[in-house]
Amino acid sequence: MSKVVGRVAGTPKGSAALGNGNGPTAALRRTLLVIVMWGVVVLVILPLIPMIMWAFSERWLFPTIIPESLSLRPWQSAFRAGSNVFPAIQTSLSIAAVVTFISICIGIPAGRALGLYSFRLKTLAQFFILAPSIIPGLAVTMGIHIVFIKLGLSNTVVGVMLVHLVKTIPYMTIALTGVFANYNPEFEEQARTLGANRIRTFFLITLPAIAPGIITGGLFAFIISWSEYIMTVLVGGGRIITMPLLLFSFVGSGDNGMTSALGMIFLIPAIVILVFSAKYLSQNAGSSVNVYGK
Amino acid sequence: MSLRNDAKIALLLAPAVLVILFLFVGGLVFGILQSVHVNPFAGSLRGMKFDAYRTIFATKTFRVSFFMTFYVAFTATLLTMVLAIATALMLRKTFIGRKLVAFTYQIPIPMPHIVIAVGVLMLLSQSGLIARIFYHLGMISGPGDFPVLVKDQLGTGIIIVYLWKQIPYVGVIVLSILQSIATDYDEVARSLGASRWQSFRHVLLPLIIPGITPASIVCFSFAFGAYEVPFLLGKIRPTMLSVYSYQLYESLELTGRPQALAISVFVALFVMILVIIYQKVIMKAAGRR
Repeated sequence: MSKVVGRVAGTPKGSAALGNGNGPTAALRRTLLVIVMWGVVVLVILPLIPMIMWAFSERWLFPTIIPESLSLRPWQSAFRAGSNVFPAIQTSLSIAAVVTFISICIGIPAGRALGLYSFRLKTLAQFFILAPSIIPGLAVTMGIHIVFIKLGLSNTVVGVMLVHLVKTIPYMTIALTGVFANYNPEFEEQARTLGANRIRTFFLITLPAIAPGIITGGLFAFIISWSEYIMTVLVGGGRIITMPLLLFSFVGSGDNGMTSALGMIFLIPAIVILVFSAKYLSQNAGSSVNVYGK
Repeated sequence: MSLRNDAKIALLLAPAVLVILFLFVGGLVFGILQSVHVNPFAGSLRGMKFDAYRTIFATKTFRVSFFMTFYVAFTATLLTMVLAIATALMLRKTFIGRKLVAFTYQIPIPMPHIVIAVGVLMLLSQSGLIARIFYHLGMISGPGDFPVLVKDQLGTGIIIVYLWKQIPYVGVIVLSILQSIATDYDEVARSLGASRWQSFRHVLLPLIIPGITPASIVCFSFAFGAYEVPFLLGKIRPTMLSVYSYQLYESLELTGRPQALAISVFVALFVMILVIIYQKVIMKAAGRR
């Protein structure tokens, strides 16, 4: 940790503004800044603490601050044979993987059109594709549910995947529009003149250039699908049990231990993103993460 | 722009547009039809009735829910913007452990809302970790003395979750705006004699606001329409409109579904109209400068 603390990234702007006075006010300001900033760290970590403690406790009654007895009971019952945690993880993973893959396939051309070209009706096209990320979707989900009942898609995994796409495709398109806005298509032309066909050009030139954007955007699309609750409940009719459904049922039953263990498993994809983006952040603090969304 | 290029762009956009058209617009249209008692598969608008809307708007539960929803979304968004700008400006400065703070600051961005809602529940409920610490400090003598922060009338727990999630999300955008400004305009203003506040208010803020306008819209509409967090941290009744709508949708009463859809359609249209007005106002303000 001390190593990380010692390495102050780059030359942060505005550092002079803080250091330009040498009087007692400047010292007070500097102290206050450190206190507030470390307060931020505490506030970020705080909601995760009781969850981690609950996940490893047997009994933890009011008013003890530390659990009375440590235990692995929540983990044992989560991973015992016949537990419904494994099937839920499997269902969630396969839904999120398929949804992410389709979103990438649809998001690449759409992001290319919006990021690389200017054309008539561009603002309209942009608004249309982004509308689902702005307009609250409960009415849409209920409407889709009614149609899917007729089409036989309600209570099916395919139906749940389709409804998740409403959220992930706008997200993927925003992320890839940003990627293509900084993309130089001239290399593609060079590859074409050198005799590469469209498919080769895409895989050898375009894809490597946009890969970091696809991975970051894809991980977020994955998280969107992975943590979706209400769409899955409505269209899946409570039959397609994903991780959020299981988590909600444990919250409802008041089993804090199981809820916490499940919550920690739930966080794994988010931790993967943090590790992945930390690599980029160390080179370039802040600016590489503006494709972030929710 | 040549015809060939137009066709190419149309082809590139087609998959995304078709999915949004069929699922999003289609879903919304079918939702609206259901709210006015029209059978979407009958092919005619006969029998259209607006009684679901009339009933809903006449009930007190709806009005209380509406004000609560607006209050939660507005408060969460406003506080997010203020605190995001404040923390981002501080993160630009040099201090001990800046790198570690900068990393921790971004942790909430990919975290799922529902897990944090559960964490906040265990932290702030009357028998939660904070209440236990207060008890040991002698500030309260039992769980009942601790203020009701989750499942309360004002949605405090809900707002806290949104702040936790959204401040870093907007803060990172503010940081990237500040980084993209080639010159330190605020430094220039300061060296020309502007006060700290003047250089912030008249130099930095006008540069930041346009960049975070889209994020503020996303924050507000998300908080206004989301279901998961108010379900976990809100009261059962009155609650936020999304939860109220789903309660009606799942109720066994015959009038439940049209009323549920009337509420959800109202939420969608309300946010849509508000976003259009807000953008007009922001654009006008930007044009005036």
